[in-house]
Amino acid sequence: MMALVTRRDFLKAGLGGSVLLACAGCVTATADDETEMLSAVASAVLAGVLPASPAQRLAAISETVGGVRRAIAGLSATAQKEVGELFTLLTLAPARRLVAGVSSPWGRAGDEEVSNFLNRWRYSRFALLQGAYAALHDLVLGAWYARPEAWPTIGYPGTPEIF
Amino acid sequence: MGSNVRDLMREGLAAGWSHIDATRLSANLALEADVVIVGSGAGGGVAAELLATEGLKVVIVEEGPLWTTSDFHMREAEAYPNLYQESAARKTADKAINILQGRSVGGSTTVNWTSSFRTPPETLAYWQGMLGLKPLSTEAMAPWFAAMEHRLGVRPWAVEPNENNAILARGARQLGIEARVIPRNVRGCWNIGYCGMGCPTGAKQSMLVTTLPSALAKGATLVSRLRAERLLLDGKQRVVALRGLALQADGIRSGNIEVTIRARHFIVAGGAIGSPALLMRSGVPDPHGLLGQRTFLHPTVVSAGVFKDRVDGYAGAPQSIYSDHFLHQHPIDGPLGFKLETPPLHPVLYATTLQGFGESHAEKMRDFPHAQVIIALVRDGFHPQSRGGRVKLRGDGSPYLDYPLDDVYWEAARRALLAMAEIQFAAGAGRVTPVHEETPGFASWSEAKRGIADLRLKPLLCRVVSAHVMGGCAIGDSPARGVVDHRGRHFQLENLTVCDGSVFPTSIGANPQLSIYGLAARNISLLAAELLGRPTPAIP
Repeated sequence: MMALVTRRDFLKAGLGGSVLLACAGCVTATADDETEMLSAVASAVLAGVLPASPAQRLAAISETVGGVRRAIAGLSATAQKEVGELFTLLTLAPARRLVAGVSSPWGRAGDEEVSNFLNRWRYSRFALLQGAYAALHDLVLGAWYARPEAWPTIGYPGTPEIF
Repeated sequence: MGSNVRDLMREGLAAGWSHIDATRLSANLALEADVVIVGSGAGGGVAAELLATEGLKVVIVEEGPLWTTSDFHMREAEAYPNLYQESAARKTADKAINILQGRSVGGSTTVNWTSSFRTPPETLAYWQGMLGLKPLSTEAMAPWFAAMEHRLGVRPWAVEPNENNAILARGARQLGIEARVIPRNVRGCWNIGYCGMGCPTGAKQSMLVTTLPSALAKGATLVSRLRAERLLLDGKQRVVALRGLALQADGIRSGNIEVTIRARHFIVAGGAIGSPALLMRSGVPDPHGLLGQRTFLHPTVVSAGVFKDRVDGYAGAPQSIYSDHFLHQHPIDGPLGFKLETPPLHPVLYATTLQGFGESHAEKMRDFPHAQVIIALVRDGFHPQSRGGRVKLRGDGSPYLDYPLDDVYWEAARRALLAMAEIQFAAGAGRVTPVHEETPGFASWSEAKRGIADLRLKPLLCRVVSAHVMGGCAIGDSPARGVVDHRGRHFQLENLTVCDGSVFPTSIGANPQLSIYGLAARNISLLAAELLGRPTPAIP
């Protein structure tokens, strides 16, 4: 339940980021950078369901990011590569500012700034960015609601005990 | 595990049935068979049982893993990566359509929602009249459907529908729209509602608990986690062998270990994306450029209603009520019709399908037990402009489907969103939300009527999903109009049969599993007679 974009597609979308994209191809996001980016996205996407206590909130975000990584590991080789490139792109500071329009580093970006970025991509006239938004939407919400801990908050009683 | 649940596959394997998990091979392997079957879903499963019953040596090749009844825990987090193509995230080229398609032993039959319809008479009439497929009449196909209904326990669901389905029935009745009970392929169903994650009780009569155990018990060999890479051709007329690549431990990437299987006859049943892709990779003759063309999806739009009382859409048989009212409003090749059904509601499936994020999404999720969802499966492939999609290969040989959604489709999608909202309000919904990025939903039918009329219907704004991939190796009455003949026999290669949903020349206009079972039973019976040197059966 995700949509993905490719690096070449970004170029086709005319975003003028060829230098950035060349960079994205020759580097790989470090796990730390990627975790910061995904945590910021998860925090915005999950606003309204995350626990209030800061410690619980951090733990829940961290579990969700882990779930996103497990979900990616189950994708086809092509889709894994595409998501990897999307993540790398987003962790490069120039791309974050120019393509995503997020001026703060991910670690300091607030929910409002990240939500604005997500909505720009969601309603973008470039199918590529719409697809990338959909990928983030599906990955984060899928990882969150796959966790039994999330079920009581939506009144889902969980898997029936039939045996 | 309760003592009254049996796991036929696991019992049989313990008793010595032949199964090779290709990820465990440490060296290349060569096998011989009378018939190789690529794919273990609806087409491959039926073929395997019929041919093994005739005493033929059968090898079944499956790219997905072998998971059996006792492995199914009703958890989305396990089921999607283990049992679906691309973790249930398979997408069309522009990412606008999400495709649910099975990828494990049993194929999509392991994870489908059990709806079992015969090919509609109007679909067969169109094939006969417009496409020249004279032998495939409703009367001629009836005995094959009856045989497979008997084999797989297909009967109209005799239990009360769950509330998610009851609302569809109620709303339709209020509006004078006919809704009927869905026939399901189950025996002793517990009415739990988790069919899409693999049936944990073995009640669903998928290939995993019916034809495949039967074939293995009769000496067939199953090779799982083997990617059918290419058919090796002898000149331009015969297939000599299938070359497969063993998957690595991740079950996704292939490694260097090859399995080569020589046989007299080859059956391709890898689904409507996998089958044309295998033939393309193999360089199979395609003189008229038809291979992989006209791939259909029943592209489906979604409408979510919220009700005062609990719906609990995750509980109970997921699909038990349908309406074909909107398939019959226009000629079959006129404005596109659609079939109305309901999906099961599970947290991940529902959360990822719903539009938006943050507080607005959280608010909708808090209504989860009160949510009711209707889906409209649009019948593609009959209208002259509804030409479906096209299967293509990436540089690494993996397939993808390019399916553009055009104005003919969106016109039908708008009618469908209207029809679903009207039914949901007629059944008492307090709020109805079409799954579309630009609407927060509507509080009344009159509001919805205006709002849906104004919605911008475009790819990636309006959510479109599919669970039915059809076409790409179409049946034709001549090589200029099809890849295979009405028996599924390839027009150019004499020992190749295609036996899955890829042979349909249009969409079916109904959930396709029984259409595949029936046609497979007919065509493999004809093939078996030929392979055994018997007279052709008197097929009506």
